[in-house]
Amino acid sequence: MLKVVEIDHLTIEYPDVKAIDDVSFTVNQGDFLGIIGPNGAGKSTLFASMLSLNTKYKGTIKFFGTDIRKSKNYLKEIGYVPQKPIFEKNFPATVNDVVKMGLQKESDENKIDEILQQLWIHELSERRIGELSGGQQQRVFIAKALVNNPKVLILDEPVTGIDQQSIDLFYSILKELNSKQNITIIWSSHDLDAVNKLANHVACLNRTLFFHGESDDFFENDELVKQYSEASMQEHMHHH
Amino acid sequence: MTFEIFTFSFMHRAIISGIAIAILCSVVGLFLVLRRYSLFGDAIAHSSFGGIALGLMAGIYPLWTAYGVSIVSALIMTRIKDKFNISGDASIAVLLSSGIAVGLVIIGLSGGFTLDIFSFLFGSILLVSVNDTILILSLTGIILIVILLLYRQLLYSTFNEEQAKVSGIPVEKINYLIVFMAGITVVTSIQLVGVLLISALFVIPNVTAIMYGKGFKQTAIISMSFSIFSVVAGILISYIFDITPAGTIVLFAIGIFACTMGIKSAGLLSRHN
Ligand SMILES: Nc1ncnc2c1ncn2[C@@H]1O[C@H](COP(=O)(O)OP(=O)(O)OP(=O)(O)O)[C@@H](O)[C@H]1O
Ligand SMILES: [Mg+2]
Repeated sequence: MLKVVEIDHLTIEYPDVKAIDDVSFTVNQGDFLGIIGPNGAGKSTLFASMLSLNTKYKGTIKFFGTDIRKSKNYLKEIGYVPQKPIFEKNFPATVNDVVKMGLQKESDENKIDEILQQLWIHELSERRIGELSGGQQQRVFIAKALVNNPKVLILDEPVTGIDQQSIDLFYSILKELNSKQNITIIWSSHDLDAVNKLANHVACLNRTLFFHGESDDFFENDELVKQYSEASMQEHMHHH
Repeated sequence: MTFEIFTFSFMHRAIISGIAIAILCSVVGLFLVLRRYSLFGDAIAHSSFGGIALGLMAGIYPLWTAYGVSIVSALIMTRIKDKFNISGDASIAVLLSSGIAVGLVIIGLSGGFTLDIFSFLFGSILLVSVNDTILILSLTGIILIVILLLYRQLLYSTFNEEQAKVSGIPVEKINYLIVFMAGITVVTSIQLVGVLLISALFVIPNVTAIMYGKGFKQTAIISMSFSIFSVVAGILISYIFDITPAGTIVLFAIGIFACTMGIKSAGLLSRHN
């Protein structure tokens, strides 16, 4: 099976805290990996290193077999949806403008309409991005991430603050992208139930990697789920 | 008498240069405004004051030294800001005050040359020479071509740096390019509105246009139109009434801004259709 991501002995330290401690795992093509972990577990930190946004890490990260320190070409194959897309509220850009920013080749412009249709936002294409609801904005950013036909989609807690109906739609879209277009999805979430329903692989992260493997192996093992819940609960109390 | 002024070639030069500068300032300014870097133009302008004083003292054409000093100091300031994590507004304050301080000290050392300095502080668009006009038009052309070629990179890294990086855009280089273009634009515009009023051309047409435009290109075009209108009207009216062009131009821009806010608060302006 083709290895998309190989993470080997990854350690990331901030001045005050070790955010990732000796984490290793592999993601294969077509995997739908749910990364679960409480606040401060290091999910966003892990993604930042995988996207070369943070290069101060120990260990190696490979995409498609190549060390990402050696070449940034792998970024072309990745669609990324950040935890909180930050932009100037009254930025004069339409939905169409925003999706087009992600487009690597101008020639693929009709791809934009196709993607907007697929995500049910084609009617918003001439609206300003800042005037949309949170859920609508989220779909625009997913459209932007998809517009180059990425091989891998990386999503950092993409449904925070979104209503249940939009979440369901969003999840069904993810499921379809993974099963029909064979896009590898790496997705962080707090929502154990959602991960159980969607992902076929699970990684439990809390600074160290507590579990990594098939989704069923995790969720069918009550002891593991209980341990995880308790551990994250403690972590939670610890933070407050 | 109103139509006679069109026959004066200095007036032709003033209007042609003015339009070029109007376009340049509004486009470069739009990127700065959207990066919450509105006063950066002002900071560069003030640092160019140091450059102008240096040129006057050394007997070099002051605009050349102004280009050199303001571009170099803006790039250095940006480097320092990134390296030591200084906030944008604080770095603007440092750049702005050091330019003025250097200028004042140089002026003091060379015994003062108030007359020349005045035309740089307040602009002297009616005095632009044929060579100035050619320089202004060429620089405008070059910068607009660069912006068109790197349109997606400039827009994306202005919209969201992090996502632009993940898309493989060399965001840091793009940031320096914007600073560099802002430096050229500011010094080029000194002849039109002078050091003191430059940020008006960078900021006012853009904040006005953002209230009208939906998409980015539309907003840029609206901003350019407001800017061109203010500059042309300002030059003509100031000539007719024999008042300062720089102030008149900026007042026109402010007038459009004020009208827009009036229209907006009356609820007449809506971008939805
Ligand atoms: N830029 C930073 N500088 C210093 N420490 C940081 C920085 N970013 C994150 N941290 C620390 O690293 C740890 C991991 O943070 P991270 O944002 O990766 O967690 P997370 O799993 O994404 O949490 P959440 O679920 O809240 O998004 C936290 O203890 C946090 O305080
Ligand atoms: Mg996070």
